Amino acid sequence: MVHGEAWTLKEFFVYPNEYIYWSIQIVMYPYMTGLVAGAFVLSSLYHVFGVKQLKEIARFSLVFSLALLPVAMMPLMLHLQQPQRGINVMMTPHFTSAIAAFGIVFTTYGMIVASEIWFVYRQFIVETVMELRAKTQRNTIESSQLILYSVLSLGAMDLSPEALHKDERAVSVLAGIGIPVACFLHGYAGFIFGSVKANALWMTPLMPVIFICSAVVSGIALCIVTYIITMEIRKFLSTRKRNVKSYMRLPSVEELKSAEISVVTITVKYLVMFLILAITLELLDLIFRTYTAVKSWDILRRIIYERDFVKIFVLQYGLGNLVPFIIFKMPGLTIRRALVGTLLVLMGVFMMRWNVVIGGQAFSASFSGFMEYKLPIWPSSLELYKEGLFGALTVITTPFVLFYIVTRVLPVFGVKDSH
Amino acid sequence: MMNRREFCKKSMIIAGGIALPLTALEIFNPKRLRAEKDGKGNVRWVFLVDIHKCVGCGLCVKACKIENDVNWDANVTRTWVERYVVTKDGHTYIDSPKGARDGFTTQKIDQAHAGLKDVNPDDITKGYFVPKLCNHCENPPCVQVCPVGATYQTKEGVVLVDRSWCIGCGYCVMGCPYGVRYFHPELHVAEKCTLCYHRLCQGMKTACVDACPFGARRVGNIRDPEDPVTKIITTEQVNVLKEEFGTKPQVFYLGYSMEVK
Repeated sequence: MVHGEAWTLKEFFVYPNEYIYWSIQIVMYPYMTGLVAGAFVLSSLYHVFGVKQLKEIARFSLVFSLALLPVAMMPLMLHLQQPQRGINVMMTPHFTSAIAAFGIVFTTYGMIVASEIWFVYRQFIVETVMELRAKTQRNTIESSQLILYSVLSLGAMDLSPEALHKDERAVSVLAGIGIPVACFLHGYAGFIFGSVKANALWMTPLMPVIFICSAVVSGIALCIVTYIITMEIRKFLSTRKRNVKSYMRLPSVEELKSAEISVVTITVKYLVMFLILAITLELLDLIFRTYTAVKSWDILRRIIYERDFVKIFVLQYGLGNLVPFIIFKMPGLTIRRALVGTLLVLMGVFMMRWNVVIGGQAFSASFSGFMEYKLPIWPSSLELYKEGLFGALTVITTPFVLFYIVTRVLPVFGVKDSH
Repeated sequence: MMNRREFCKKSMIIAGGIALPLTALEIFNPKRLRAEKDGKGNVRWVFLVDIHKCVGCGLCVKACKIENDVNWDANVTRTWVERYVVTKDGHTYIDSPKGARDGFTTQKIDQAHAGLKDVNPDDITKGYFVPKLCNHCENPPCVQVCPVGATYQTKEGVVLVDRSWCIGCGYCVMGCPYGVRYFHPELHVAEKCTLCYHRLCQGMKTACVDACPFGARRVGNIRDPEDPVTKIITTEQVNVLKEEFGTKPQVFYLGYSMEVK
């Protein structure tokens, strides 16, 4: 069977070789990079612009951004027909292609995030090393911890006030550089689509900007969701009075509750701000297309207003944007409402990616026929796994697993800042 | 004695220093640039389709599949023929069952999932067949978007794919406005019409040109003013597909009608 045939349903006249070649994994790719970029921008709001109220969530979202980073590449690898040659993009980049710079942009961004985290955690790392060294008797876990943290410290053991001040400066500089790079990383994903002149739905210079705004929206939303879940787990642990590791001080449930709601309220404000910006741009694009009504509009109109109406206007704009907007703007925000709102926002941004990627292939380049994407559910072959529901679920769950692992080494709560 | 910090600094400078000139060589390799762009050799292959002469027999598609070892039953094809049926009410029905590998065996129009459309012959105002293949564009978007340079243009203007280097990202497939590209069902790399480059290089014509009993398909060298194809293109009313994309297609059509997609 030809690649794409298993999940493409053609209607009317479609060129013989046309199938939905970019499927669920290419929906996941901008979604995941968006989450990475958004999480990073959220953490930078504190580090660069000094939004003090975001201090608690800043460290959290920075580490989450690190956990999301490798996952941004996963859907691409799952999508490539020759994944073992994926490295060729780095080895022989062909710079007229929008994808060619991906390796460079991605690595640059990865290095910025990694080094920023290192500076943020240096004090913690060094203190842990000191603490472990001071022990006369070390068990196997402690010995391996000592090795791990010694390596992570990179030999920079200076904890003098001047050194810590330098750390602080480095963090704000890196976060400052990080913002444009994060926006570039994601705007660039938008450019990959926006520059495909063969695709009438994708080709718009607004695409990168729309992608950046929705990226920040989804990144902040995911950070809030994960933050709430983590706080709930901490509250639960706190009520059970379980023995928590030495680096975690044990706050009371009330303390946690008040901290949680104040952090969530302020973060939601930024979320709403970017949400408004994202919707404005998306609507501008839609209005512009309707008004200019160029050759492709006939078929696009049928996709947007008829075939994909539910996906675009009900799921994306309605449930994904309007409902959360109302939820957030109603007075007296509660944790539960914030959680529902942010989950809806995440769904809305996912639908936006879906409507762009799949919607862009819902019509033939002949403008005379349609293609429908049937998401493969049961993974009866490797291809159907990779480009189906379970492949997408693998991509979604990985960052949480990574986040768990990373926080075993670099805890996000109850740690004194280097700065 | 060099300390660790100095060692790290120096090795980074050396690595960076070596990498920079190497990348410059890679980017500005003049040979490669010329191969990718417009090499002014004395051969530039172009293709001419005479829509008036095509009867939709599909022999060209058959010949192409055999010559280029394109999987016989796979629903992809390097070249295909489209049937256009225009009715009195202004509707245009188009189909290309199996790329017209077996020709058009029924009067019913294949609307894929929407079923077979029966058109009353009395309602038809015009009908014709349009053969399609890669346009071997002068400004090929597929070559532009390939992230690893696996697809390239030969000095004779033919666009080819290096099967050993393609990563299978599908960007070229999405970038082609003509839908001529697909994934090879067995090799899992981008696949397309090669204009029978292996035959042209040996002085032969493409398989589809040789197979066409009506002379609807012709291949020629636009840089040779004496070439009969060049003469037609330069003196008669020819058109190209989707000119608005700026790809400068090099497959020319005689008898092109506005319904052609």
